[in-house]
Amino acid sequence: MRAIIRIPASIGHYVNDRLWRLGYASRFLFIILIQSGTCLIRPRLVLRETYFIGVQSLIIILVSGMFVGLVLGLQMYDTLERFGSGEGVGTVVALALVRELGPVLSALLFASRAGTAVTAEIGLMKTTEQLSAMEMMAIEPVARVIAPRFWAGIISLPLLTSMFNVMGIFGGYLVGVKLLGVDEGIFWSQMQATVDFREDVLNGIIKSVVFAVAVIMIAVFEGYNSPPTAEGVSAATTRAVVTSSLAILALDFVLTAFMFRGI
Amino acid sequence: MSGSNLIEVQSVSFAYDQRPVLKNINLVVPRGKVVSIMGGSGCGKTTLLRLIGGQLKPSSGSVKVDGESVETLSASQLTRLRRKMGMLFQMGALFTDLNVYENIAFQMREHTDLPEAIIYDLVMMKLHAVGLHGAYKLMPSELSGGMARRVALARAIALDPMLIMYDEPFAGLDPISLGVIGILIRKLNDALGATSIVVTHDVQESLKIVDYVYMVSDGVVVAEGTAEEIRSSTLPFVHQFVWGETDGPVAFHYPSESYSDLLLGRTL
Ligand SMILES: Nc1ncnc2c1ncn2[C@@H]1O[C@H](COP(=O)(O)OP(=O)(O)OP(=O)(O)O)[C@@H](O)[C@H]1O
Ligand SMILES: [Mg+2]
Repeated sequence: MRAIIRIPASIGHYVNDRLWRLGYASRFLFIILIQSGTCLIRPRLVLRETYFIGVQSLIIILVSGMFVGLVLGLQMYDTLERFGSGEGVGTVVALALVRELGPVLSALLFASRAGTAVTAEIGLMKTTEQLSAMEMMAIEPVARVIAPRFWAGIISLPLLTSMFNVMGIFGGYLVGVKLLGVDEGIFWSQMQATVDFREDVLNGIIKSVVFAVAVIMIAVFEGYNSPPTAEGVSAATTRAVVTSSLAILALDFVLTAFMFRGI
Repeated sequence: MSGSNLIEVQSVSFAYDQRPVLKNINLVVPRGKVVSIMGGSGCGKTTLLRLIGGQLKPSSGSVKVDGESVETLSASQLTRLRRKMGMLFQMGALFTDLNVYENIAFQMREHTDLPEAIIYDLVMMKLHAVGLHGAYKLMPSELSGGMARRVALARAIALDPMLIMYDEPFAGLDPISLGVIGILIRKLNDALGATSIVVTHDVQESLKIVDYVYMVSDGVVVAEGTAEEIRSSTLPFVHQFVWGETDGPVAFHYPSESYSDLLLGRTL
């Protein structure tokens, strides 16, 4: 009897808690947007954070992109050869990367590399009273600390995604053309003929902008609202990665459904 | 200018969640004076400073700074008021991504359009005042605890505020810096024509420099007076605090059920 009550109660509590957080996060997003004026007046603030966030993730993005391209090239060539169309490997690799793997994998890597760094940094600034001190200096922490990181994230991820794609396609080229002997001309011309700018490339970029908003929003929100203790910051960091990874995958499904199936 | 008191705390109560910290407390800080707030660990001194700075709002009563009730100010009015305040945080709160120089220049860059040459001179003057102009290139992580506190002190006075609040300026300092910082607090106050609040439990050091002392215990002011009055006070609480006796009215333990009950697990 007890369990009958307890289980729905705990589900209710969980849902309630999530919804409350979501509402709270939306309000926070609104505050960030209101406080973004400083970033417009002083673009250097955003530039500095873009440098940190972007450069931090650059190596891992480039290396991962390359390997994903290499593996994709091998797997796709193997499959396509069974139907006698191995030279289509360039098209398949490019489409898979531009539409799907590029945005999603870059966002996941970005969340675990830059997102965690942002959460931990902001959480630590809160723990050591730096945000409080800023407030006492009549400087709004959201405008000075949060908003520049927010915009830097939104600028960085689409750029990183593009680099991921370029590296991936180059990896596919290495495997397809240099290793497996697909004709170079066919490789590139088929890719060029099939990949559509609006349909494929632009939609991929839109995806990565949406992911960027989700990842960086979760990162700054968790950091800003972490309990001001060591455990609090580490828990917030973990939660930021988990939440943003799930958000990326869920959003990807929704976006893909709208973009490529025309639902 | 309104009145001779810069700060008036009028029957202020404050509670974190449900636990009352300040209970109907009253105190005033006259303009131009250095006033010390003393009391045991956890009695609500930092909380009081945060109420004065408007970071917390009292559950009842009012905190007046320069004639304005802090708790009723709008965000922009609060910002304007805070520009005239400097605060030394208990943990220093230096910006860890900026070096010592940039930490002190921070507010000058944010709030003024001063040319770099003037900012440089100002920063060096502030650092010289705390004896650390040689350390301007260091990052906060490269400073010792006492050095970090002195840098934080220099930062608190960066814009020559009218009200300076020091939260435990003496903690973690060696006896020499202790004296130097004490004298510095006094000198800065008089040179800037400012008003200072020094929160501390270093009784002997602060009695040397302050004009007036409030002793807080259990959320209320239990004693007040000039340094001389406090030293010669016969009130048991004051006597215990000033002379650091373990036995007396001040409880060392956080409120709890009976210790023997806890040990025997009777409360579980
Ligand atoms: N953010 C908070 N949430 C809940 N309780 C708090 C919070 N901050 C402080 N307290 C509690 O309020 C009481 C007063 O805290 P405060 O920091 O004002 O003490 P303090 O007088 O500055 O002590 P100390 O001399 O040790 O710095 C303490 O008992 C503390 O447990
Ligand atoms: Mg304190």
